[in-house]
Amino acid sequence: MPTSPLLDGSPVVRFEQVTKTYSDDGVQVEAVRGVSFSIAPRRFNVIVGPSGSGKTTLLNLIGCIDRPTTGKLEVCGQDVAALSDDQLTDFRARNVAFVFQTFNLFPVLTAYENVEYPLLLLGTSAAERRARATAMLEAVGLTPYGHHRPNQLSGGQKQRVAIARALVKRPALVLADEPTANLDSRTGAEVIALMRRVQDQQAVSFVFSTHDPQLMSHADETFAIRDGRLAGVAP
Amino acid sequence: MMTIKIAFRNILRNRRRSSMTLLAIAIGAIGVMLFGEFVRFVTAGLETGAVDKVGHLTVFRTGYFAFGAGNPAEYGIDDYARVIELIRRDPTLAPRLNVVTPIVSLAGIAGNFELDASKTFLGTGVVPSDRDRLARWDEHGVNRRLILADSGLRDDEEGRGVVGVGLARVLGLCGPLRIADCPARPSAPAAPGAALESGLAGLAQAERAPATGGPGPALPRLDLLAATAGGAPNVVGLSVSGAERQGARELDDNFVAMHIALAQKLVYGRTTPKATGIIVQLQHTRELPLARQRLRALFAEHHLDLEVRDFAELQPFYTQAVGMFRAIFLFIALIMGVIVLFTVVNTMGMSVMERTTEIGSARAMGVRRASIRRLFVAEGAMLGAIGATVGAALAQTIAAVVNHAGMSWTPPGQATAVPLEILTTGSGDLLVRVWVGLVVAATLAALIPASRGARLPVVDALRHV
Repeated sequence: MPTSPLLDGSPVVRFEQVTKTYSDDGVQVEAVRGVSFSIAPRRFNVIVGPSGSGKTTLLNLIGCIDRPTTGKLEVCGQDVAALSDDQLTDFRARNVAFVFQTFNLFPVLTAYENVEYPLLLLGTSAAERRARATAMLEAVGLTPYGHHRPNQLSGGQKQRVAIARALVKRPALVLADEPTANLDSRTGAEVIALMRRVQDQQAVSFVFSTHDPQLMSHADETFAIRDGRLAGVAP
Repeated sequence: MMTIKIAFRNILRNRRRSSMTLLAIAIGAIGVMLFGEFVRFVTAGLETGAVDKVGHLTVFRTGYFAFGAGNPAEYGIDDYARVIELIRRDPTLAPRLNVVTPIVSLAGIAGNFELDASKTFLGTGVVPSDRDRLARWDEHGVNRRLILADSGLRDDEEGRGVVGVGLARVLGLCGPLRIADCPARPSAPAAPGAALESGLAGLAQAERAPATGGPGPALPRLDLLAATAGGAPNVVGLSVSGAERQGARELDDNFVAMHIALAQKLVYGRTTPKATGIIVQLQHTRELPLARQRLRALFAEHHLDLEVRDFAELQPFYTQAVGMFRAIFLFIALIMGVIVLFTVVNTMGMSVMERTTEIGSARAMGVRRASIRRLFVAEGAMLGAIGATVGAALAQTIAAVVNHAGMSWTPPGQATAVPLEILTTGSGDLLVRVWVGLVVAATLAALIPASRGARLPVVDALRHV
């Protein structure tokens, strides 16, 4: 099982005729319909499409928090269908990180502890945890706020903590669902610039779903989704 | 460590809800602990009340327990002094003994023939000094605040005895004995001379003249009639030095305690005196099984036809009362446990619901289901531990207040009020059991919502609003 970012240039994500069907009050809803495409590593990728087009479902599948109904999905070279729940959870802990629209920081932990938390899941030593979490907080410009709880931070600061938390474990893949939707345009621009910078520094793959033109303008590759199908790919 | 830290902070997160949950657990702990300590006090009191009268064990001639009450002469222990020596000198038993003393149980008719009044009685012949030592046994300290009254019996005065207050009332001794709350007998329905005409009164009159060892004319006198071993009626005079209240009215109306020599004279006449039983009082109740086993072995070794009964067999009320109090305790503990269970289920259920998105985020980040479950279970266990600890501290404070409030109550089976106490000494075992029980209940209660939270699909949890 691959446990580190792919360095050989092979796709970080590969869909092969993937479908995803939900049951909504007994009605079968096909959110993703036979999608086949690949996402190259170490790129800034954006998934765009109208509401209900299947963007979030695709992100959930890529993030291994949901499984395809049919078809084959490989993330970091791993066929996710072959993994048990615990194996998939451990796979996420090592390879995948999330930046949520609503930040989703743990309110009982300080900013520093939130950033440190993913390293605890990996069993990282205390000294290394301290060094990496401190460095990450510094990278996002929040060193003075390390001991603040999330409710003592602004929206932009919270999202920067969330980005630090996502990147501290050096994942192969960072997924972000509308990461600037809850931020004002100036703060959103700062957050985008920050993500772009750390993506360059860490050579990590980013996949976003967004409606934000600012974010789309930074994309290395854009995947357009419509009615659960891939409508187009633009470099 | 992180789990504990997060769990503790989550408890502090919703302080009002956590406080209410802790209060419910603490009240449960207080209720169960205080009632448990009270039950310990009652049990210790009942045990003390039994042991200071009949000892821990009583040795009988085999068959006496079942049949001997109707024929104490036939079921008496012949060489009881030798048996007592055997017990006292046994190396296993000797260090554990407090009192070993013979008794004679008998039944007959007590008469105050000056008032033409008579009444059946149940009597016990005792060695007065041994009876006093028996009465001083107080292993659990429940009688430490009581001052033992003079028993009224003397080793060197065979003719003295004490009666139940009820018997004293019936036989018109309330006035002469100056007994409080004891109504005087109405004037005699017949002339005093009429009593002399009865055969029974004649026997008493005949016995009265040669009676020796009496304490003097100041004490009121009763005549006790019983059948001897040979079946002939026998009468002895008893100088009543006092009256003792007994727990049950039936006993109070029939009780007579006298010097063993007088009882033997009444039952065995001029034949060799026997004892109907040998009371064995130990220093500690916990040694009862060992002592009983050793006594049986000792009697078997010496080919003695004797049996051993413990105080619970001789006083079934003890077992019944203890059983009842324990059943009430279990019932209360169960109710409190269920209340704690439902309170924690409710609290943790709300907590899981409120933190569903957090659960989703944690799972997405790579936290396993088991870790989510562990976190909520740790919160439940922590609530239980904090609540039970606070409850234990409050329970001990309340117990100290009650114990110094000077309250009193009349325990079942006793005639007089005694200081009400909540027995805190030696209750560590009870406190630990209740504490562990509440923590386990809170932990199990948290398991249900914790499992529900852990089973949530990640996508659904993240979508939760």
